[in-house]
Amino acid sequence: MSIYDYYNYVILPILGISVILVFIRFLKGPSIPDRVIALDVLILIAIGIIAIYSMQNDQSTFLDIAMLFALIAFLGTVAFAYFLIQRSEKDE
Amino acid sequence: MNEIIIMVMMTFGALFVLSTAVAMLTKPDVYLRINITTKTATLGLGLILLSAAIYFQDYSVTTRVVAIILFIFLTAPIGGHMLMRAAYFTKTKKWDGMKIDDLEGQYDAETKELYSENKKSGITPKSADKDENI
Repeated sequence: MSIYDYYNYVILPILGISVILVFIRFLKGPSIPDRVIALDVLILIAIGIIAIYSMQNDQSTFLDIAMLFALIAFLGTVAFAYFLIQRSEKDE
Repeated sequence: MNEIIIMVMMTFGALFVLSTAVAMLTKPDVYLRINITTKTATLGLGLILLSAAIYFQDYSVTTRVVAIILFIFLTAPIGGHMLMRAAYFTKTKKWDGMKIDDLEGQYDAETKELYSENKKSGITPKSADKDENI
């Protein structure tokens, strides 16, 4: 088994199953922080998929997009947390 | 030899990410879920990105990978802490089986200040029913 088959038949299915499981939590989540943390984990798994895709195609340029995704994940989480605190203050 | 190292590291990384996803579904509480994702997801991603660095064997790729790993290791706990603090302020329901909550009543409701003595009058989230969050 070459390493390219290993990407296609072992690693990417595992990551795909984990994306599906996290997406179920994203749809179900009873509260807003549940959905926000599910979105965060979805973006983190996307970084892993991008890293494996760049190995598969021998294109190291794709890792720049992974760095961009890490930035977006952090900014999104902080913005949502700030928004939640502001909204709770407004309600009181 | 390199291929075997890459395969082993990638497999462990993918399994850690899968364990994160399973924990996201099975943990009963927001706080436990945030606690899980800041640990196992960062470790799994670090292993996968390091295997990419070993695969390319190039200085520019290695510096990029180290930058991504450092950034994730720094920002994932900060984001998780901010989100958990926001969840506590908005009174998201706790798990029924939670025995000790040291923060109970210690946050002031208006100024969001954390007191260290026994105040017991601030923000207290209610505990949910057992089957509600699962």
